[in-house]
Amino acid sequence: MAKMHTPAMEKIEKRNAKRKKPVKSTPAYESWKRFKRNPTALLGLAVVCILILIAIFAPLIAPYGYQTQDYSAMMQAPSSAHFFGTDQFGRDIFSRVIYGARYSLIIALFCTIAAFFSGGLLGIIAGYCGGIVDTLIMRVMDIFQSIPMIMMAMCIVAVLGNGIPQLVAAIMFASMPTMARNNRAAILRVRGSDYIESSEAIGVNQVQMIIKHMIPNAVGVMIIYFVGFLAVSIMMMSSMSYIGVGLAAPTPEWGLILNDGKAYLTSAPYMMLFPAMMIMITCFAFNLMGDGLRDAFDPRLK
Amino acid sequence: MFKYIIKRILYLIPILFGVTIIIFALKTFTPGDPARQILGNSASEEQVQEKREELGLNDPVVTQYFHYIKDIVTKGDFGDSYRTGKPVLQEILPRLATSAKITLGAVIMGALIGVLLGIISALKKYTVVDSGVLVVSMFFQSVPEFVIALVLIMVFAVNLHILPANGIDTWQGYIMPMLCIGLASVASYTRITRSSMLEVLGEDYIRTARAKGQSEKNITQHHALRNAMIPVAQSVGTSLGNSIGGGMVLETVFGVPGVGKYIVDAITQRNYPSVLGGALIIAMVLTIINLLVDISFVMIDPRLKTTIISGGAKKTPRKQKSLKAA
Repeated sequence: MAKMHTPAMEKIEKRNAKRKKPVKSTPAYESWKRFKRNPTALLGLAVVCILILIAIFAPLIAPYGYQTQDYSAMMQAPSSAHFFGTDQFGRDIFSRVIYGARYSLIIALFCTIAAFFSGGLLGIIAGYCGGIVDTLIMRVMDIFQSIPMIMMAMCIVAVLGNGIPQLVAAIMFASMPTMARNNRAAILRVRGSDYIESSEAIGVNQVQMIIKHMIPNAVGVMIIYFVGFLAVSIMMMSSMSYIGVGLAAPTPEWGLILNDGKAYLTSAPYMMLFPAMMIMITCFAFNLMGDGLRDAFDPRLK
Repeated sequence: MFKYIIKRILYLIPILFGVTIIIFALKTFTPGDPARQILGNSASEEQVQEKREELGLNDPVVTQYFHYIKDIVTKGDFGDSYRTGKPVLQEILPRLATSAKITLGAVIMGALIGVLLGIISALKKYTVVDSGVLVVSMFFQSVPEFVIALVLIMVFAVNLHILPANGIDTWQGYIMPMLCIGLASVASYTRITRSSMLEVLGEDYIRTARAKGQSEKNITQHHALRNAMIPVAQSVGTSLGNSIGGGMVLETVFGVPGVGKYIVDAITQRNYPSVLGGALIIAMVLTIINLLVDISFVMIDPRLKTTIISGGAKKTPRKQKSLKAA
């Protein structure tokens, strides 16, 4: 029988031809598709990208140096020459805020990575090994957790002194228990699943199991915590700098810029307005993105 | 139940010891010579050496640690402030009361707002109201506490002159610090209430109640809310302890003479015994508060017994539940 060629048939054939193309469907791609559908998450991602660009190209964007003092232009309100005004030393606040993106983002990133490689790793080990190792690690984390996070961080900075490495160490130690707990939970969820049991049964070796089966499956949840913690560390860092425990002047960290403007709250509120806005926008963007990631990677957690 | 309480109290001991080890470790890292700090710069080298011997600073670290513990256990001695020379414990106790008052007010305020928002967004789930509530609560989660504090000061103290910006001499002084600490925790209460309400509303007994012809209002008030409040109350209990020590930034911003400000002041004055002694006292008080909270919740809801002791985490009960649901 001859093949019929009606327009409708052609349409179906065309569609089938299209379908024959290999469909990309990895878990990561599926997550990205879910993430793409979420407008607030995309907004967060866009803002974060803009902030990263600002941080990278800070010297090109900022009209003045972050330390340049101009004694002929002190305490000026926002104008076309100084978008965000100037502070009591005649430093351009716009430039300081722009450079601040660099410091705040990089320090937050370092803090998060440090926390991940200390607390996170401990949590992964605890979750994977179980038994006495788990108990031991988690009890030590309990001890760390009995001192409030910010107080722990401040005590460490008090002892070690102000500075970027000290601050990173402080935030790392303070956040270790939370990180450990989150990552342990992420690994435990994977550990209990059937495919791990199956691969154990067919005798996959331990290292391969962790690298090939457990981490890829737990990594989504870990990324969620990672992004969420970026916001937490920016908030902690700026709070600490604001009350004078953390970084030393003249670092243009947002909390420190706020600290500079503290004395002029009534006479020159713009000095505090802009850095405060930047902190808010950054944390909000990270949280939006983190929320979107949570929905994308793990719809069950919603 | 009795066995559980004993177990929890025994479990407290290693934690408290662990905290003293952390604080002691920090103490050994403190810059400067404590003997020199106490005697001042005018003291001679011999006097300093004598003082070092007297304070036991020349002993091995382990011996020093045992002396440290012995002083705490037998004499309640957490060190003396460099500035005033008074025992840290004596200085911190009245401040603890101030912080506790503010925290209590703040937690109540935050929980009321958070629970209300959570209930609204659970009842109106997946509507504009729901996402609006979530965005607002996430906004408060994203703003550092001190920025909210500054905005409140600008509005109520500088522009409207209704509330004092600094200190708690009058009762009005309490309002802003309480509101600030409270607002910071609204987000988490909202989320917990929302997810807990949604979970409970999906239970069989709610369907039964509906089938019996109960009014929607009755179901929400009597059947859903009561059960949904358990995890919320638990989270309120734990945050009660943590906010006392966590209010360092806000106490400094508002000039509240609480424990947080005491420690921040001590840090800026490089008054290390006050910093570390204060932190140790606060950590101990918090651990005991958390223990009492845990025990009281187990008394209310014995199902929590297994989750609290096995997970050791405050958050695990919720996660385990949601896992099972999934």
